[in-house]
Amino acid sequence: MEASATRMLQRYGTGWVLLLLAIVFTSQNSRFLSWRNLGYILTDVSICGIVAVGMTFVIISAGVDLAVGSVLGFAAMGAAWLIELSGLHLHPAWLFGLCTAAGLGAAAGFIHGKVTTALQVPPFITTLGGLSAWRGATLLINHGGPIHDFDAGYRWWGNGSVLGIPVPVLIFVIVASVGWVVQRYTRYGRHIYAVGGNVEAARLSGLNVKGLTSSVYVIVGTLAGLAGFLLSARLGSAEATAGTGYELRVIASVVIGGASLSGGTGGVGGTVMGALLIGVLSNGLVMMGVNSYYQEIVIGAIIVLAVALDSFAKRRA
Amino acid sequence: MSALLEARQITKSFPGVRALAGVNLRVGPGEVHALLGENGAGKSTLLKILSGAQAADAGEIRLNGTPLAGSHSPLERQQAGIVTIYQEFNLLPEMSVAENMYIGREPVRHGWVDWSRLYGQARSILSALGLQIEPRAAVRTLTVGEQQMVEIARAMTFEAKLIIMDEPTAALSVREVDTLQRIVRELRARGIGIIYVTHRLNEVSALCDRFTVLRDGKWVAEGDVRDHSPGDLVRLMVGRNVDLLRHRRHRAPSDEALRVEGVSWQPKTRTRAASLKDICMTVRSGEILGLAGLMGAGRTDFARILFGAEHCSAGTLWLQQDRVEMPRSPAEAIHQGITLLPEHRKRDGCFLEQSIRQNMTLPSLKKLTRWKWFVSDRREAHFVERYRRSLGIAMASDLTPIGHLSGGNQQKVLLARCLALAPKVLILDEPTRGVDIGAKAEVHELIRQTADSGVAVVVISSELLELLAISDRIGVFREGRLVAEVDGETATEPEVMSLMAVGTAA
Repeated sequence: MEASATRMLQRYGTGWVLLLLAIVFTSQNSRFLSWRNLGYILTDVSICGIVAVGMTFVIISAGVDLAVGSVLGFAAMGAAWLIELSGLHLHPAWLFGLCTAAGLGAAAGFIHGKVTTALQVPPFITTLGGLSAWRGATLLINHGGPIHDFDAGYRWWGNGSVLGIPVPVLIFVIVASVGWVVQRYTRYGRHIYAVGGNVEAARLSGLNVKGLTSSVYVIVGTLAGLAGFLLSARLGSAEATAGTGYELRVIASVVIGGASLSGGTGGVGGTVMGALLIGVLSNGLVMMGVNSYYQEIVIGAIIVLAVALDSFAKRRA
Repeated sequence: MSALLEARQITKSFPGVRALAGVNLRVGPGEVHALLGENGAGKSTLLKILSGAQAADAGEIRLNGTPLAGSHSPLERQQAGIVTIYQEFNLLPEMSVAENMYIGREPVRHGWVDWSRLYGQARSILSALGLQIEPRAAVRTLTVGEQQMVEIARAMTFEAKLIIMDEPTAALSVREVDTLQRIVRELRARGIGIIYVTHRLNEVSALCDRFTVLRDGKWVAEGDVRDHSPGDLVRLMVGRNVDLLRHRRHRAPSDEALRVEGVSWQPKTRTRAASLKDICMTVRSGEILGLAGLMGAGRTDFARILFGAEHCSAGTLWLQQDRVEMPRSPAEAIHQGITLLPEHRKRDGCFLEQSIRQNMTLPSLKKLTRWKWFVSDRREAHFVERYRRSLGIAMASDLTPIGHLSGGNQQKVLLARCLALAPKVLILDEPTRGVDIGAKAEVHELIRQTADSGVAVVVISSELLELLAISDRIGVFREGRLVAEVDGETATEPEVMSLMAVGTAA
């Protein structure tokens, strides 16, 4: 009983901090709560958040993926390059871009999953290699230069809106909802928790541990590809450095959201809160005119604090 | 001869259990003293008190006539000269033999580890024991037997006066046992006292001078090994001629459910797992087959092979008289109708942070879905409720973590998980370990009911009384072989004990 009470407190704890931050930032700068700024925050959160939903699966399974930023950049660049190569005759270009980016991301994730399970390399190492390798591949594609002749249809995915809601936000909402349902209500979701909670017990319960472990890297890879597509659509160009450093922010979102790196706990709901917290914090600090170097320090401190709180709650329980 | 170690009137209670009641133990210098008793007799508790891992509630321990302080720290005891070698070694596998021998006490010069002295000292101790072990070798490259020798060499670095060995030969090969015995004699010749805990009575006759027998936490007997046959010792250990409460089967077992022939297996790594030699076995539907044996006799490995948790190519398997492949994974075994309740409940069974419900339904979720993919809360709750009632699981809510339950209730949840798979063959490895006495009887009853419903049940247990109480037949494992099969209704404790320990009936 006590454990679930502290867990509830912790889950809503992120919500309370979020609310508190919103009040503080609004009192400092009235424009913080404007539609325009909220839309900006949410769009900014969405692209990282989509990847974080996938990362939640990985971390619940007791793995980690450090390569998401590089895969994101690779998928966006790869898709843009293939479109350019085809001479812009594909219509609609966005459909081709969306599918190719997601496909490239899935392929990268598939490789990570296979290397991890078949060669028994710890996922930290596999994806550390991936972090470097996929970035290198991205730079190679267009010799480090950007690709930016997207048509309006393509850019709509990053800048358009439906009923006043920016498209990336909409997609984030859809991805998070599907992720939540899968985790909460499907056998697959339960199996991932089981593998992360106790891998030997999962194997002895008849689960296909290797297949399940591989699958989470495919999920996060696909979502990184999707995020890459959205980011390049938003910027109107595929940059060779797109997604650099995303892995830290994505992992931070998941961990602030209550997942443990040792696996078995966490959830998409918490991750969304974690992503929002980071988004609000960095936006608010900018609005307050805080030096951007301090922002990095604050975000770093928040991550450590969140995990300290988590292990404190566990010891109490 | 004056006593080297004298423990008098040692008493120790745990909540609800009196583990030791006024136990005496006297060991002279240069004496190998066998400490004998069944599982649960109190040997382990006594060893922990002597080694300083636990404090006695009452009693006195003297070493060479001086009382040892009541404070309990293993380090102080080691420095006083009492060194314990546990069944599970305390070696760091990645470090060298010499580093392990001197860990925490490395010779230093000017604040730096003096490596040449470290290796020199280690080498001289190893060679004094007549061991051909390279002090620079990493411990993980050694065999189990060699690791045991390193533990003994480590004891020598403390200038041990008394060495306690807890089932030192449980995992050793025959040749390694010879080496160990040679070294024990060598230590004896140097005047070191040795407390030797073992279940293998032929070793007692071969190696030990005197013995002490414990039974149910009480001191039973002390004497010269010369004057007692292994049969005498078994009688002292078992002691009682109590009529066991035996569960009788309610109907005759029907057809053969599982048959294996020629299972032979070698562990992949040099761990403590036993190798198995040519095992043939049959279980019928509705029958409970008990598997008896000492630690390391191979029962658990055999069970894991049947369940596909270990891979074994040598052997043939029939399920309900159909020849099938040996399962290559637990998933395959479950599909074939074989299910295992693993030995280590917390390590291999439970998802401790997850709810009782999630723990119980995990492998059965397929049956609890709606619209093909979605797990139905309602059906899941019904499922848990059904097993809660039929197994009598005491819990406040099925959404609390399983880690909050008592051992007995955890075991019932895992049993429910197994039963829900509707197995044809159910293997239970130590089903009542860490379960209190009341819950134990309930688990026994559940096992009987399961068999009566037509399941073939294989039960592995280290408690002979348990096997005698519930088994229709008992197979006895010894050193990787199935050496005998006895009728569970007529077998006696000394008979099975003797088969386990010596290989022949007393």
